[in-house]
Amino acid sequence: MTRLTVDIREKRLSGRPVLGGLAFSVDAGEVVAVVGPSGCGKSTLLRLAAGLDREVVGTVRWSGEGAGPRLGVVFQQPRLLPWRTVRQNLALAGADGAEGERLLERLGLAAKADVWAAQLSLGMARRLALARALAVDAQALLLDEPFASLDEGNQRLARAVLAEYLLRRPVPTLLVTHDLAEAVALAHRVLVLSPGPARLLFDQAVPSGVRADPTLAAATVAVLRDLAR
Amino acid sequence: MVGRGLTTGRQAWLVRALSVLVLLLVWEVAGRLAASPLAPPASTVLATMARETASGALPHHVGITLARVAVSFLLAMGAGTALGLAMGWWRTVDLWLDSALLLLLNLPALVLIVLLYVWFGLTEAAAVTAVALNKLPTTAVMVREGVRALDGELLEMGRAFRFGRAATLRHIVLPQLQPYLFAATRSGLALIWKIVLVVELLGRSDGVGFQIQVYFQLFDVARILAYALAFILIVQVIEWVALQPLERRAARWKAS
Repeated sequence: MTRLTVDIREKRLSGRPVLGGLAFSVDAGEVVAVVGPSGCGKSTLLRLAAGLDREVVGTVRWSGEGAGPRLGVVFQQPRLLPWRTVRQNLALAGADGAEGERLLERLGLAAKADVWAAQLSLGMARRLALARALAVDAQALLLDEPFASLDEGNQRLARAVLAEYLLRRPVPTLLVTHDLAEAVALAHRVLVLSPGPARLLFDQAVPSGVRADPTLAAATVAVLRDLAR
Repeated sequence: MVGRGLTTGRQAWLVRALSVLVLLLVWEVAGRLAASPLAPPASTVLATMARETASGALPHHVGITLARVAVSFLLAMGAGTALGLAMGWWRTVDLWLDSALLLLLNLPALVLIVLLYVWFGLTEAAAVTAVALNKLPTTAVMVREGVRALDGELLEMGRAFRFGRAATLRHIVLPQLQPYLFAATRSGLALIWKIVLVVELLGRSDGVGFQIQVYFQLFDVARILAYALAFILIVQVIEWVALQPLERRAARWKAS
């Protein structure tokens, strides 16, 4: 079973500390949301988890051996290949063909399958980035603000698609967001970070009963917001 | 063309065609006024061109020169691109090779040609290598600039999704290098054929450069111009039928 263990004592970017004491793990089937003010180092944490940056005091480790798990990553920017079509962008990232088509359909991009990615609107590009992460048969998901700059309808749609996915394939998921409500709605646990250099303020489990009940969820968000202050 | 009143492509083409006609006309009139075999009018040069073409001499020599241009161009672009990629990618490679590149970049073409002929004899290989070595450093420098301007975020995306070396090169790196490669190709074609003529003049017994040397000794300006004009036309045709369509194809994702 894939599992992410993070134990960071310090992470610097060009000499400046961006992450302080930070220890947690993401177990199989668990969605962990990382919430914090913008610029507190959330994206740096995600890059470390993705293995794109390995210079850190401490450890960021995936269980298992070899090259680590196959990851489905949504970056803060869509990072598509503008000179390839929507369908090619999926295929090149290693997407399963049928699953890719299904996700394009589900995320309202089927009609755009043969369009250059350069010609997508930002909202469509973000949905394609999500489709790409979900279509690659990932053993773990790393999502950096995956619903940002989507309109309300598409945000609901994208969240539903992610929720369905996690029901079918409960892979460990790290969700970076600045939105506590989103974190409570989607995650089993919410990690709240301090302003940079980020430290772990608290690690709060969100019981499924709370997530299912809008009133309880709203109350939890309010409590967490107070605590974070 | 952005100028006022000339917004359509057709009008722009009309002006281009007219400008060529005017140029020919000025040449013709000036040539007739000069009335000297050393400054022949356009009609004489074109007639000479037709005659040389009919006799088979012009196609023969132009063909040989074109083959030399093609081989040295491919050598220079291939090696220059590989070198530029390596230098842009690995800082150590760049540090090791930068001085050598600078040396080659500032070495006069003529010196390189003479040295290669002295060392390797008046051979085809020496000629083609001399031309390729003249073009190689500019290609390497251009590609290196392109590599340095690569989008790091896309490279990271490729790593996260495990593109692998070949797919990264083909789908992430090369599309970003295309403008640099086209620029290198254009300046390369223009530069290479001029150097090929010098190489032919100095050490070959065929090709356009050799012919020009012969007609220089005979003071036959009409033939010199006929050969030069033929080659200019061919380079322009290459631009139209190969380079521009390729460039349009490469940039089609940008069109709305």
